[in-house]
Amino acid sequence: MAKKPLNTPKKEDVDTTGHSWDGIEEYNNPLPRWWLWTFYATIVWAILYTVAYPAWPGIKAATPGLLGWSTRANVQADIESAEAANAAINTQLASVELTAIADDAELRTYATSAGAAVFRTWCAQCHGSGAAGVAASGYPNLLDDDWLWGGDIEAIHTTINHGIRNEEDPDARWSQMPAFGDILAGDEIDQVVNYVMSLSGTPQDASLVEAGSVIYQDNCAACHMEDGTGDRNQGAPNLTDAIWLYGGSHDTLTQTVAYSRFGVMPSWSSRLSEAEIRAVATYVHQLGGGE
Amino acid sequence: MAILDKHTVLEKNVTLLAIFAFLVVTVGGIVQIAPLFWLENTIEDVEGVRPYSPLELAGRDIYIREGCYVCHSQMIRPMRDEVERYGHYSLAAESKYDHPFQWGSKRTGPDLARVGGRYSDDWHVDHLRDPQSVVPESVMPKYGFLENRLIDGEYVGDLLKTHRMVGVPYTEEMIENARADFAVQVDPDGDWDGLVERYPGAQVRNFDGQAGISEADALIAYLQMLGTLVDFSTFTPDASR
Repeated sequence: MAKKPLNTPKKEDVDTTGHSWDGIEEYNNPLPRWWLWTFYATIVWAILYTVAYPAWPGIKAATPGLLGWSTRANVQADIESAEAANAAINTQLASVELTAIADDAELRTYATSAGAAVFRTWCAQCHGSGAAGVAASGYPNLLDDDWLWGGDIEAIHTTINHGIRNEEDPDARWSQMPAFGDILAGDEIDQVVNYVMSLSGTPQDASLVEAGSVIYQDNCAACHMEDGTGDRNQGAPNLTDAIWLYGGSHDTLTQTVAYSRFGVMPSWSSRLSEAEIRAVATYVHQLGGGE
Repeated sequence: MAILDKHTVLEKNVTLLAIFAFLVVTVGGIVQIAPLFWLENTIEDVEGVRPYSPLELAGRDIYIREGCYVCHSQMIRPMRDEVERYGHYSLAAESKYDHPFQWGSKRTGPDLARVGGRYSDDWHVDHLRDPQSVVPESVMPKYGFLENRLIDGEYVGDLLKTHRMVGVPYTEEMIENARADFAVQVDPDGDWDGLVERYPGAQVRNFDGQAGISEADALIAYLQMLGTLVDFSTFTPDASR
């Protein structure tokens, strides 16, 4: 291989800066032409940019820029164009009878997919991404046919629209079980808990069931009904189906009776559009337990 | 080129160089930053935004102490995907009483700018205690210990004063009543009329469902008010801002 010649300019070709340290001198080579022109181009670009986009501050406002660019306007336009793309079917979804959604194949398919997306964004944190709720923690399973406030499409729609026991929506579903720890004695609570356990399975102490039955009829039957099947008008759960929102063990039932429970669901009417609420209601309704 | 030759003076005198470098940076700073304090389209007054109530402010301190901002942002950017997931994009005015602001720069967890009212208090208690119990895919650590750490708000008045020093308009009345307001916000049976009058929209509940004022009470009170102050059904943002 030939030896590469050193590309050192001869001293007489290039001026020096005149600086000299211990006999070492500095060449005054110009910047590469392409680099210099790129540099000038970026300066021109920067000036044009400040003319095209909001930039220079004035007395009251900055110059708006010739392109009239605005983040807020852009996102507004973006949202509007997405809404326009689905406007026809969303309007239809928001205006038909709730019960008619399931009969219209196109509407049903759309509502179910749109509802699934809404569910995963807004509902999954409590009801689980598969809608199975959180067992024994007060977050209801939406896959089964046990409903607290009703499982037809209209009831589900109302529940989502207004929520349950929240403070923001005056139309929220509302009921409150008294804390029977202040009303009944400890042994009476033990008796009624055993009676409630006997409705769907085996009581912890069968000898207390009879006494518990009397206490139940006096204190609980008004909401949970004489036969324990509950009342959806007041969100009183069915006690005979062995499905427990907070757990069905003796301990958790004692806690529920003594301190009561107060599950809250937010109102969604202020966060979601009517079409979105109907879509997610349709989605929940078709999960398996819809009536 | 006589003036350019003068720079040898600067280069050979380090104090002079420092002074001139400072002047150059000052000019740049004034041009870029100062106009933001007077331009109308960078200062937007929005109805409903108020200083934090004492309990919320204490909760905010816990939020900062526990480093929540490391994984959670509080800034919904003006983009369609963010608006659809989190709600209306954040307005500058909504964090104008934040010292320091909690916009954050990292989203390991979701944005919290509008988390207020999105979940129940019980959910927050369950979720702080054991995040995976409600969101199995979560990587958030457990914060159940907050429920057991009781706070009495002894210095909350001083905390308000400190925020007043940096520009939050806390009134004398607010500072005088700080400790009482702090306590009454977790007591729905108490006399909280004054609290709600001073801090419109303040939510009064026993947030953690247990007796006493715990750090969890304060934190949940803070989380439940985030993003709830502006009523977007009546507020239309100006597109030029």
